[in-house]
Amino acid sequence: MDELLRVRGLRLQFRSMRGVVKALDGVDLTVHDREIVGLVGESGCGKTITGLAILGLLQRPQAEITGGEISYRGEDLLAKSDKEMQDLRGREISMVFQDPLASLNPVFTVGHQIGDVVRIHKGVSRRQSREITLKALAEVGLPASDETLKRYPHQFSGGMRQRVCMAMALACGSPLLIADEPTTALDVTIQAQILRLLLRLREELGVAQVIITHNVGVAAQSCDRIAVMYAGSVVEEGPVVEVLSRPRHPYTIALYECLPHGHTAAELQTIPGTVPDLISPPPGCRFHPRCKHVLDVCRTTKPEPVQVGGRHWVSCFWATGQESGTHDREVVS
Amino acid sequence: MEVAQTARLADWRVRHQSSIDEARYNVRVFFKDKLAVAGLIIIVFTIVVAFIGPWIAPYPEQGRGESNISERLQAPSSKHLLGTDNYGRDVLSRVIYGARIPLLISFVTTAAIVLIGVPIGGIAGYYGGKFDEVVMRICDVFLAFPSLILAIVFVAFLGPSIRNAMIAIVLSWWPWYTRLVRGMAVSLRERPYVEAAKTMGVGDFTIIARHILPNSFGPVIVQMTLDIGTVILAAAGLSFIGLGAQPPVADWGLMISEGREYVLDQWWIGAFAGLAILILVLAFNLVGDGLRDVLDPRSKR
Amino acid sequence: MTIRAYVLRRLALAVFVLLGIASITFVMARIVPSDVARTYVGGNARPEQIAEAEKILGLDKPLYEQYAIYMKGLVTGDWGESLRTKRPVLDDIIHFFPSTLELVVAALIVATVFGIILGVTTAHMRGGWLDHFMRLFSTAGVSIASFWLALMLQILFFRMLGWLPVAGQTSITVAQAHPITQITGMHVVDALITGNWVAFWDAGRHFILPVITLAAYPMGVIMRMTRSSMLEAMGLDYIRMARAMGVPPRTLLYKAALKNALGPVFTVVGLTFANALTGTFFVELIFAWPGLGYYATTSILGSDYPAIVGVTVMIAFVYVIANLVVDIAQAVVDPRIALR
Repeated sequence: MDELLRVRGLRLQFRSMRGVVKALDGVDLTVHDREIVGLVGESGCGKTITGLAILGLLQRPQAEITGGEISYRGEDLLAKSDKEMQDLRGREISMVFQDPLASLNPVFTVGHQIGDVVRIHKGVSRRQSREITLKALAEVGLPASDETLKRYPHQFSGGMRQRVCMAMALACGSPLLIADEPTTALDVTIQAQILRLLLRLREELGVAQVIITHNVGVAAQSCDRIAVMYAGSVVEEGPVVEVLSRPRHPYTIALYECLPHGHTAAELQTIPGTVPDLISPPPGCRFHPRCKHVLDVCRTTKPEPVQVGGRHWVSCFWATGQESGTHDREVVS
Repeated sequence: MEVAQTARLADWRVRHQSSIDEARYNVRVFFKDKLAVAGLIIIVFTIVVAFIGPWIAPYPEQGRGESNISERLQAPSSKHLLGTDNYGRDVLSRVIYGARIPLLISFVTTAAIVLIGVPIGGIAGYYGGKFDEVVMRICDVFLAFPSLILAIVFVAFLGPSIRNAMIAIVLSWWPWYTRLVRGMAVSLRERPYVEAAKTMGVGDFTIIARHILPNSFGPVIVQMTLDIGTVILAAAGLSFIGLGAQPPVADWGLMISEGREYVLDQWWIGAFAGLAILILVLAFNLVGDGLRDVLDPRSKR
Repeated sequence: MTIRAYVLRRLALAVFVLLGIASITFVMARIVPSDVARTYVGGNARPEQIAEAEKILGLDKPLYEQYAIYMKGLVTGDWGESLRTKRPVLDDIIHFFPSTLELVVAALIVATVFGIILGVTTAHMRGGWLDHFMRLFSTAGVSIASFWLALMLQILFFRMLGWLPVAGQTSITVAQAHPITQITGMHVVDALITGNWVAFWDAGRHFILPVITLAAYPMGVIMRMTRSSMLEAMGLDYIRMARAMGVPPRTLLYKAALKNALGPVFTVVGLTFANALTGTFFVELIFAWPGLGYYATTSILGSDYPAIVGVTVMIAFVYVIANLVVDIAQAVVDPRIALR
């Protein structure tokens, strides 16, 4: 399979009123052709920023990429000019955001908005862009009619609006779609529909995806691979089944243990401690203050990703020690 | 005794620490805006000048209105820095003295407008119902008309004088604040802490005074600062037409009117007074902008 | 609600406020002591003459009857007689109205066009000294006394540069040699329509200074409003989404953001109309421009109460209609407004 997107060791910081926020501290992510990768983590861990950084949507000079690489089909995205990135957006990589109501321009009709984007990328006539728009609407399960085209965003329901956003991404024909919390603002029943839609997009149209979510369940249902983020870096990355059934990183393990299992009346587990302050983050591994298996080295040195299985990587001294050490931790499901 | 007092002060500081911090932060934000700071300096300067006018004006009697016909219509010179007007009065002294009326009028009328408009708006917004309807319709009528023209018409019927000008301005402008505060009261009365207060049996009046009005302060203060500038212009306009300050008092609007006849050749008679108005109103507007950044975070500049 | 229902509701409100203003003016004119009859007869009036005048003017009737007569008069077109010109007030007003319309409309067009353009371009360039300068410039625009600006412009363009005439609507020589056929009553427009180029040029030159003076404040307001509205719109999520879809920055600014930003700007245009109307009181006086503001000011200074009342009602009428137009335009541009 071709490698579409490759992010290695991405480091990013931005200036805020209270100081410099070291938002990303080593993000590694790979997406192959037709692959769906989930980027999972708590609110504030940097998932959305990663998505924005890939598309070059962060405002300079407030936000600064201080290290690492992002490449798409082998091309270095960080070296590209604004104009080149603008060209790339939509055509090669597109993004849909969490709140579909806020993401659509309220004073233009849906048909107009999608049509605009299509014409920008494909340079076709109005009639042709209308055809393409209708087709895209059909692909996402919306009525492909003039009625729909003439409507304004506020006239759709939440789920339908999300579909409109996806139709826009589709209409541009980008091989890679980044979906930031695509289901969070929606009802549970609609969530399932949207997830099914995303899967269909991959099956029938071959669209590779990065699904950003804080909901592990969503990732489990729809992703091939999953990357777990904590406080600005990816701590574990691998095939979803393997990562969720045999988590290696203490954070992933703890996340897993937090999920209620079965119907026992056992106490709900929580992870002790709080998310670190990214202006003055802990040295070494950022998870170490909360880690059950913390070692001395964790306090001073940041762990690098180490392969622990077929295409399964973990950034943890203890976990990689376990691999080469005695018995593996087996999590009973 | 002393120890008890310091202890009380320390206790007060602890209890109000968050407000103190917030105030400090706000002050810092305000002072970041250089233009606003410049405006503040100008305002303070003007107030000081208005107070010590009699002592710094080169010709105080002329400032007050005494004529000096022998030296009339002289161009700016070392003897009269800004020239003399058609009565021979030193323009610089007149400009200095002329600061008093605009400042007086604008502060007093703005205060009156706020004292009338805000409570009515708060009560109307909080209670809703018939009273609210009536008040809103009255405001609609007043606001359906350019305020300054309304003021002019009021003075036309009341008779030209500074006092009537002030009354007319207050009558024409109070609905703005009523509408502003009423809108805020309507949204604030739904807030959980208001409901909580109600369930605990807190009287309506106290709720309005303690919860509704203080939360409306931000936009009101911003509007007030901007309106001081508007009122200065309005008062000057009234004086210019002859409906406000009457001769021989020194008032910037009146001076421009007096200078009008001579504007083409002895331009200095009216020019400096108008410049003074421009600078002072500009200062209030800049400060108002700065305050808006601090107090009304919704707005972005 | 639909746009139509919205319009109807606004119309009903407009009628209500017009009645309100008329009533307030009536109250002021009758309650506040004023010697209407005496002014009518003129100075040195004998008591019998004043009594006679009172009868003629209907001032001896009870108050509610006067009110009824007044209201009926308003609706039927009998607005009383000017105490000075002795002509029907309504006639006077109609005579003076077009000149004011000319000024105000032109001023607002200039203010809106330049204000929006400048506001959008400065939204583009945040920070830096140019931004500060523009902010100072637009704030100064709303801080200037219009009457003072008028005088300063006269000094600059007439006395110092000699480019433009000092006052009046036309020069006497040109008016005699190339008289303008009155169609709308607006000199510039009429000259244009009838192809009277000499008169058009002349009227135009007289037109410029009053229009600039009147446009200063509105332009400042519109510029500031457009800028802040644009900045707000630019920060919104759908701009980010559009950018994520590869929309170029220019399009983002002028198309996507602008249409959203215009809503608040329209409201502001309505307000500036009030200011422009008020400005005519001063500007027409200084430039000897025979319009409604000039008529109003002279009526006020001459204690011509029927005229004052008539002008007040007329101004209310014009202002209410203007606001209605603005509101409807706003609802068309931003369809969400009608739904509230």
